[in-house]
Amino acid sequence: MTILQTENLSKHFGKVKALKSVSMDVREGEVFGFIGPNGSGKSTTIRILLGMLSPTGGEATVFGMDAKNQAVDIHKRIAYVPGEVNLWPNLTGGEVIDLLMSFHGVKNEGRKKELIRDFQFDPSKKCRAYSKGNRQKVALIAALAIEPDLYIFDEPTSGLDPLMERTFQKYVKDARAEGKSVLLSSHILSEVEQLCDRVGIIRDGEIIETGSLTDLRHLTRTNLYVETSHTLENLEQWEGVHAVEQEEAGWSFQVDTEKMDTVMAELSTFGIRKIESAPPTLEDLFMRHYEGSGGGEE
Amino acid sequence: MFHNSGKLLFFLGKADRLRITVWLFSLTVITIAVPLAFGNLYPTQAERDVMAQTLSNPALTAMVGPVNFETYTIGTMTAHEMVLLTALVVGLMNILFVNRHTRVEEEEGLLELVRSLPTGKGANMMAVFLHILFINLLLVLLISVGLGVLGIESMGWNGSMLYGMVLGGSGIFFAGITAISAQLADNARTSFGIAFAVLMIAYLVRAVGDVSAETLSWFSPLHLSSQAEVYGANHWWTILPLFGVGILLFAVAGYMASLRDLDAGLLRSRAGKTTASSFLGTPTGLALRLQRTGIISWGIAMLLLGASYGSILGDLETFFEGNEILQQMLAGESSASFTEQFLSLLIVVIALIATIPALMSMLKLYKEEKSHRVDLLYAHPLSRFQFFASHLSIAAVQGLVMFLLAFAGLWMAGVAVMTEPFSFLTIVGAGMAYYPALLVMVGVTVLLIGFFPEKSGWVWAYLLYAFIVLYFGGLFEFPEWMEYLSPFGYVPELPNEDMTWLPLILLSMVALVMVTIGFRGYKRRDLQG
Repeated sequence: MTILQTENLSKHFGKVKALKSVSMDVREGEVFGFIGPNGSGKSTTIRILLGMLSPTGGEATVFGMDAKNQAVDIHKRIAYVPGEVNLWPNLTGGEVIDLLMSFHGVKNEGRKKELIRDFQFDPSKKCRAYSKGNRQKVALIAALAIEPDLYIFDEPTSGLDPLMERTFQKYVKDARAEGKSVLLSSHILSEVEQLCDRVGIIRDGEIIETGSLTDLRHLTRTNLYVETSHTLENLEQWEGVHAVEQEEAGWSFQVDTEKMDTVMAELSTFGIRKIESAPPTLEDLFMRHYEGSGGGEE
Repeated sequence: MFHNSGKLLFFLGKADRLRITVWLFSLTVITIAVPLAFGNLYPTQAERDVMAQTLSNPALTAMVGPVNFETYTIGTMTAHEMVLLTALVVGLMNILFVNRHTRVEEEEGLLELVRSLPTGKGANMMAVFLHILFINLLLVLLISVGLGVLGIESMGWNGSMLYGMVLGGSGIFFAGITAISAQLADNARTSFGIAFAVLMIAYLVRAVGDVSAETLSWFSPLHLSSQAEVYGANHWWTILPLFGVGILLFAVAGYMASLRDLDAGLLRSRAGKTTASSFLGTPTGLALRLQRTGIISWGIAMLLLGASYGSILGDLETFFEGNEILQQMLAGESSASFTEQFLSLLIVVIALIATIPALMSMLKLYKEEKSHRVDLLYAHPLSRFQFFASHLSIAAVQGLVMFLLAFAGLWMAGVAVMTEPFSFLTIVGAGMAYYPALLVMVGVTVLLIGFFPEKSGWVWAYLLYAFIVLYFGGLFEFPEWMEYLSPFGYVPELPNEDMTWLPLILLSMVALVMVTIGFRGYKRRDLQG
């Protein structure tokens, strides 16, 4: 079942076209990674989904309801953590967490205490004294304590240290295990790889690729390093082989996933002494899409 | 220890050049303008004597200090009404400057950067001290020379020099206080709070002392600025304790700074609440909590404003009879007494000032949006109407409360000084007639927030326009239609004029329409961020 959907969403700020055409959907019980560099339109899309902005064109629905007109009903079932958390300087972190929870009518003291402990957060300080990471913890703790049906995270870990990032990932995995849905926007690829079932890649206000990580890997190449007993020749002219580089004792290169079979068969005739392969990382995938918009790779 | 203080000093001066210019320029211009204005308003000794009579009441003594001179010349008049209040402002200026270069910069990490350079541990404090000394001496120079060159008979060079030095001394004193508070607190806000509290207590202590028990006043450094008797006895010794203690405080602050770590304070900041009261969990509760300090301060200020105006109602008849310019300000063809006409003018002025806090509360709706804090709120099941309505109702109720406080203050002081005081209903009724006009101003603010949020600050220009037209309208003989461009112009000027309900009803309806349309705009438009 689709939880969240956008169709040909566009948004113009004066002459600036922040979003050109964004179509994506988040299904029930999945973690959807929304990736793209800064300024590509991630936050604008999210702000439309939250009803804070009206789209110039297209449609945005959450739980089958219009994102802008039925915002209050939608928001009863979601929690949101913005990338840049701004808090009231003269309230304490604990006060803000309670305040945000009470807008949902949620008490959930036990879970709140657990979250405060797991995120090693000191709720007694005034918000003006918190670092960026600690302000983010305030929003994260409140969101996770609300336990909604859908979480929307906009680069939630950009201020957290690696240890806290892991705590965050644990909670996201738990949420998915309970059948909750998550929209996770990020430019930290390892995080997306760790958590997401499907990803959508956005660039310059357009979704350029959507699918599961396995789907997308079809479009990518595997990194290989081989050492052979017979000398390899004219490797760069083989079909499906790219980025050939000679190393001290062997060769490293990339192979198109769909040509893997023929390349391996050919390689084995040279007597393989050592072979190392690395799966394509999201980084490779990402880079291919961003290698200059005019590049012939796509 | 003070290595490279000189270079730091240079940077401080460079960073502050605009701020220093604005502060010193404004202070000097106002200081010079006042005796010139007094010269025009009260050219004869007889007029000034009447003025002295009118001003020698407890409310004014509490505000500007005791009457401690024999003749009310232009000089003593300026000194009496200006020195203490200016010293208060100079104190505030010094607190802001010193806090900026100590705690604020420490908080922003600038001091850390400076410390990592080859600078002495005490270099920053030394640089701040020299910097602040320079600012205050420049102020002394500008004020003293500015007043001196006016060449007004009762304002000799001796007095003018003392005038400047008293201000500079008060400045150094409070700069020293701030240098200390910056070592005590571990954040800029608390540090400012402590220094500002000392300034306010100093002002209040001498207010109480001047009115009732003079010994009490001696506990306040600000009392010295009254005690200097500028243009009268010219007590030069008064500046010694001001400069002396100020410099001493800096030395102590330097020592305290060497005792503590960077980013730490000698006072441990106490832990705040870890949970919120249930009151805070509503949009109105949150908005009220955020504006709490502001609302309380405004409330007190309104009561005092009303009372201080009310305290001059006593001798008004004699006062006005001798002064043509003031009569002109009332522009009265009316048969009412001067006091009644003047009361009408006071009431509109108070109403205009009491409108400010209500507009600030309304503008808070946009301020919260601009600082991105509503992003977090609107992601919760909170409709724009709820958040909007909570701000609107706070603004409207606050306006009512501010009006009541100001006019109750006016009435109470009137009762104290008049032989035949106005009734409570006359004054409060006359004041409340302006309430629909306040609602229209709130309506204008809502319209701006709804459709031109970036321009919502323009409502202040509109309020200022209303103030100028209504306050100086009679004096400058503005055409009548200019009054009708502001909602305040439609309100019957009680008790001077007769009560008419129609304009008040119409104003209320206009306010309602504006709020409705403005809200539609607010609901539809994109949130900024």
